[in-house]
Amino acid sequence: MRHRPSLLLITAFTTGSLVLTACGSRDDKGSDKGDSGTKTTVAIGVDSPFTGSLSALGLGIKNSVDLAIRTANKNNEVKGVTFKLVATDDQAVPGTGQQNAAKLVADKSVLGVVGPLNSGVSQSMQGVFAKANLTQVSPANTNPALSQGDNWSSGQKKRPFKTYFRTATTDVIQGRFAAQYLYNEAKKRKVFVVDDKQTYGAGLAAIFSQEFQHLGGQVVGTDHLTVKETDFSGIANKIKNSGADAVYFGGQYPEGGLLSGQTKKAGAHIPEMGGDGIYDPAFISGAGKDDDGDLATSVGYPVEQLDSAKTFVQNYKDTGYKDPYAAYGGYSYDAAWAIIQAVKKAVEDNNGKLPGDARQKVLDAMSKVSFDGVTGHVSFDEYGDTTNKQLTVYQVVNHQWKAVKSSTFKD
Amino acid sequence: MHQLPQTLVSGLALGALYGLIAIGYTMVYGIVQLINFAHGEIVMVGAFGALTIHLWLPGVPLGAALPLMILGGVVISVAVATAAERFAYRPLRNAPRLAPLITAIGLSIALQQLVWAFYPNAKKNRDFPQFHGNAFQLADNLHLQRDDVFILVAAPLCMLALGLFTTKSRTGRAMQATAQDPDTARLMGINTDRIIVLAFAIGGAFAAVAAVAQGLHIGQISFDMGFILGLKAFTAAVLGGIGNIYGAMLGGVVLGIAETSSITYIQDIPGMQQLGGGGWKDVWAFALLILVLLIRPQGLLGERVADRA
Repeated sequence: MRHRPSLLLITAFTTGSLVLTACGSRDDKGSDKGDSGTKTTVAIGVDSPFTGSLSALGLGIKNSVDLAIRTANKNNEVKGVTFKLVATDDQAVPGTGQQNAAKLVADKSVLGVVGPLNSGVSQSMQGVFAKANLTQVSPANTNPALSQGDNWSSGQKKRPFKTYFRTATTDVIQGRFAAQYLYNEAKKRKVFVVDDKQTYGAGLAAIFSQEFQHLGGQVVGTDHLTVKETDFSGIANKIKNSGADAVYFGGQYPEGGLLSGQTKKAGAHIPEMGGDGIYDPAFISGAGKDDDGDLATSVGYPVEQLDSAKTFVQNYKDTGYKDPYAAYGGYSYDAAWAIIQAVKKAVEDNNGKLPGDARQKVLDAMSKVSFDGVTGHVSFDEYGDTTNKQLTVYQVVNHQWKAVKSSTFKD
Repeated sequence: MHQLPQTLVSGLALGALYGLIAIGYTMVYGIVQLINFAHGEIVMVGAFGALTIHLWLPGVPLGAALPLMILGGVVISVAVATAAERFAYRPLRNAPRLAPLITAIGLSIALQQLVWAFYPNAKKNRDFPQFHGNAFQLADNLHLQRDDVFILVAAPLCMLALGLFTTKSRTGRAMQATAQDPDTARLMGINTDRIIVLAFAIGGAFAAVAAVAQGLHIGQISFDMGFILGLKAFTAAVLGGIGNIYGAMLGGVVLGIAETSSITYIQDIPGMQQLGGGGWKDVWAFALLILVLLIRPQGLLGERVADRA
């Protein structure tokens, strides 16, 4: 089933990368000439889906990193260093992500990478970055295994890749937060759980189910859907017949929106809840006219409500990007800023020059990064996870996401 | 059993959609023995054609705009399908069989990328208009969506028209003759090139109707929507017996009902809980396909094995 698209994508990608490589080498020559001046150019990579159904989120990530780079260059944040953006499109496909990682590693001017969007894509990139000591900061990956190892659930946490960091909280926190909200505040007792069989969706759904049952709720049915399909009326009929009073969906907004719309069309007027993967305006347009009441959790406080984010929102608007910063804009900006701060430290520790083993030095500096960013205080724990555990529940009200509860997660 | 009527009706609507698209595969295969893998993309351009008409008619109620939207989709789909025949497949008519197959795959990528690049905002899913109002509640355990009504009316009408055309009209009989033996048909004075173009055109028109039905059902269309639809419809065509138009529709309906009923019932079988639900529906649908092909290699209504393959 999935054979042909991946083949197509690889073909398309290979063609694309040939073109990009050609451009890249031309750029390199340009910057070599520039080096005879005083400024060194440091590249920050960004990898996320710029095309395909998740491009709304991916382009928001890319633009926000671009904004961080522009800001750093404008303020002369690191003396003697000009930052530039190297952007690669992973189309939310793990194989493409891995090739992009190899390309970013090969570009010696890249000292840090922001991305990717999808946990599943990240799995294929982590190893490539780790071998090259290249720092990776994801603004959106929430799967706990990425930073805490496969056995995180049994308490044996072990960091698999020393180069991996993230500004997003993990699904452990997000899934449990969602379950607590649905049980304690929305007073739902019977939930039907659907996931999309992907790393992110299945993981989140499992954590949610566990916590919901732990609280005393009942999971009255489970089902799985296939990414990129559009007809979920069979599952919708099952949800209706199960007598559930809420649906929890682990997955992304393209399928989540359609599932919500089709569930309501099937006659089950119950809210659907999901994670940050469905927190996007495209979820609402996908769900159609009947989706008021649907819920989503997302990491951090709403960017619009934070004082620290006002400048970001304003600058983003002023720069005139065509696509909105979407769910991860603030986290992407902070991720890029963390890399910029690490570069700054590496340069300052080396008497104002970029050290020879710049990637290693930037990586060493990452664990000491600490600043007040767009989304709150940014620093990383011993696993590379963010120390920021703020989450928000959003609800669809009059066809718009409205924040209904923001708080710091408590066990 | 309580869920049976709903499962059957949902499956029927889904299957009729597959069947309409499968007609395009089966007619082209019946006449030129080409599996036109770009047919899913013909559906996709039809959907965008219909959406364009909708955007040109702001404020017009969907019921009134619908015939024009179908017309717009049909025009675009037929134009693209016949252009594909003329410029991509006809030059390769006598080439080795794999050449047009690869061309079809290339065409499929090209059409996706063209829509992706040049249709406004097609990089994201575009909203497609939907009927307002609730589903018709026919019984306690059976409701009928408004968009399902559309496909359940449109598909039999299309089949009826096609059946009458192929059996009653001169051109239709010429088409049957070309399918049976193109060389003899040509000797009898039939312009086989014209017949082949017509087969592509009919397939394109049916694809556009299916595209509108899909848009109404889902409420969204995208540049990559054709792939899965095309794959399912191709399966339906093989299941029903490729080359047979009624087989294509029957195969579609069987596939649709197999999908919906495997979602509903497999997991209730003791010990099969893990193998049921939406994640496994394609496995069961294809298991059924293999089973049918084991017993009837020519498909449900197939008359002959593809002897020139």
